[in-house]
Amino acid sequence: MVEIKELEETSRKIRRDIMVMLAEAGSGHSGGSLSAVEVLVSLYWNILKHDPEKPDWEERDWFVLSKGHACPVLYAVLAAGGYFPRKALWTLRKLDSILQGHPHRLKTPGVEFSTGSLGQGLSLAAGAAMGLKRQGMPNSVFVLTGDGEQNEGAIWEAGMTAAHYRLDNLCAICDRNYLMIDGNTEEVMGLDSLPDKWRAFNWQVFEIDGHDLGQMTYAYQRFLLEKKRPTMIIANTIKGKGVSFMENLADWHGATPKKGEQVQQALADLGFTAPWEEYKKHDFDWVG
Amino acid sequence: MGGIREDVHLVDYRKGVDMVPSRDGYGHGLLWLCEHDDRVVVCDADLAKSTRTIWVRDKFPEKFVDFGIAEQDMLAEAGGMSRTGLVPFVTTYGVFVAGRAWDQIRTSICYGELNVKIGGAHGGISVGPDGPTHQSLEEIPLMRVLPGMTLVVPTDAIEAKKATIWAASHEGPVYLRFGREGVPVITTEETPFTVGRAEVYRDGGDVAIIGCGPLVYEALVAADKLEKEGVDARVINCHTVKPLDVDTLLTAAKECGAIVTAEEAQVYGGLGGAVAEVISQHHPVPMRIVGIEDVFGESGSPRELLDRYGMNSDNIVSKVKEVIEMKK
Repeated sequence: MVEIKELEETSRKIRRDIMVMLAEAGSGHSGGSLSAVEVLVSLYWNILKHDPEKPDWEERDWFVLSKGHACPVLYAVLAAGGYFPRKALWTLRKLDSILQGHPHRLKTPGVEFSTGSLGQGLSLAAGAAMGLKRQGMPNSVFVLTGDGEQNEGAIWEAGMTAAHYRLDNLCAICDRNYLMIDGNTEEVMGLDSLPDKWRAFNWQVFEIDGHDLGQMTYAYQRFLLEKKRPTMIIANTIKGKGVSFMENLADWHGATPKKGEQVQQALADLGFTAPWEEYKKHDFDWVG
Repeated sequence: MGGIREDVHLVDYRKGVDMVPSRDGYGHGLLWLCEHDDRVVVCDADLAKSTRTIWVRDKFPEKFVDFGIAEQDMLAEAGGMSRTGLVPFVTTYGVFVAGRAWDQIRTSICYGELNVKIGGAHGGISVGPDGPTHQSLEEIPLMRVLPGMTLVVPTDAIEAKKATIWAASHEGPVYLRFGREGVPVITTEETPFTVGRAEVYRDGGDVAIIGCGPLVYEALVAADKLEKEGVDARVINCHTVKPLDVDTLLTAAKECGAIVTAEEAQVYGGLGGAVAEVISQHHPVPMRIVGIEDVFGESGSPRELLDRYGMNSDNIVSKVKEVIEMKK
């Protein structure tokens, strides 16, 4: 188990890389990438069985990013974990890059499925969980959905299937930041009470602070002990978390910090003081 | 004059034919696969009786998964299963899979290059009394536009079984289109069948009739009628609509100088459209497309509907006469 303090520092660096990556790309999704940092850091550093040298390792646990637009957080995590060289991050969304605007499994090591059309990733993950279970494999499958994404009907189809077939090796996380492109989720298309809905679908449900690395780790551990039902972790988060001018603003869903002063400000909010472009030249652990 | 090629070993259809639905061939193919291929999993969406996957459910229950009436979930779940090494065959009516779950097929399966096989039952207007909601007339264009997709429209139950067994051996997405109604069994076990290769069943030099599905039989009957009027028609079974056998089609265009296509589907974007794309760009010749003329069907008996909506041997004959006239 990695110490919480260390995970907090890793999370801070992941946020830094997301901001630099998106400033360099000039387009992409800031808010929903920043909100999911602790969800992924606690998973990849403390729970997931994986090997960056062998992305298709048979004994690996799987991670599926159903909210594909938040791929900057996944790419930052995969680069930090050693799946591909960190310098690839600065090619995001550019021609010939291994990092597409939404995840593509054939381009990026560590990406299990091609996602981005919302509402499909939960089914893909449930299918993988079912396939592994049918073959007697002990692997777990984790999948991160957006909260707005749960407007999609196919999410609830998958919800029925996973419970019906008792996919206790499936752990979904909902990045509950309460914002979607057009505004607050409860104003655009009300979702609450999400925990009650998933309980009614016969899932094991945890509702926790999605920025609390200890709570996230504990929820994942509880999932690993469950022997009957799929698990849904409703991770309450803040869209744009960590960057003062992005927090809780729907407008930062699909916007990026501008090169120069704006991204420098974002880094300052995260406690990084070196000129923003310097972070492209050094390794993950360099803090300036 | 040409005639039926001996090396294709067709049934002597002029003496009478057995009428069997091509979905039966799918069911038999799945049973064979369940006995011979550990990777195969058969999925359905509450239509197991109708699609014949119930044969698998009864004999190999451990290889059958029912997703209930949830096609979008079923398609993406099959994609997920395929990444764990299984070979899922997902099955439901064409309308509900090619239409409703098209985005899952496009993005998760085709873009992600997932090894999923799709059995689309109830293709065509011959679905009959259930009416237009259940008569799938659009899967051919919907599947044909997807990169990486292989699309096969078997002509009869024997060919459907061969196509089903082949699909498991192929790495990548495959769509197999079947019909509900009993249709003439014209091929035999010995009839050549290679996915991606159109098969010339009847030699002829005046016109080429290129069909898929049960309309290959109508094309053969049309060729017999035309022979009596001195027209020598080549008949080609173009069961694989994608990838198209360009060589066989271009040879037909060059040697016959006129083409009529025949399919039980909309005339836009289907086999006719696929053939027209090749012919118009590489060797333009007069061409006509037999199919449904941009309308929805209605309830009725299969035979009544095929006659009313213009997909019988006489319709093919009249289109042939049009292109022969244009050649002059």
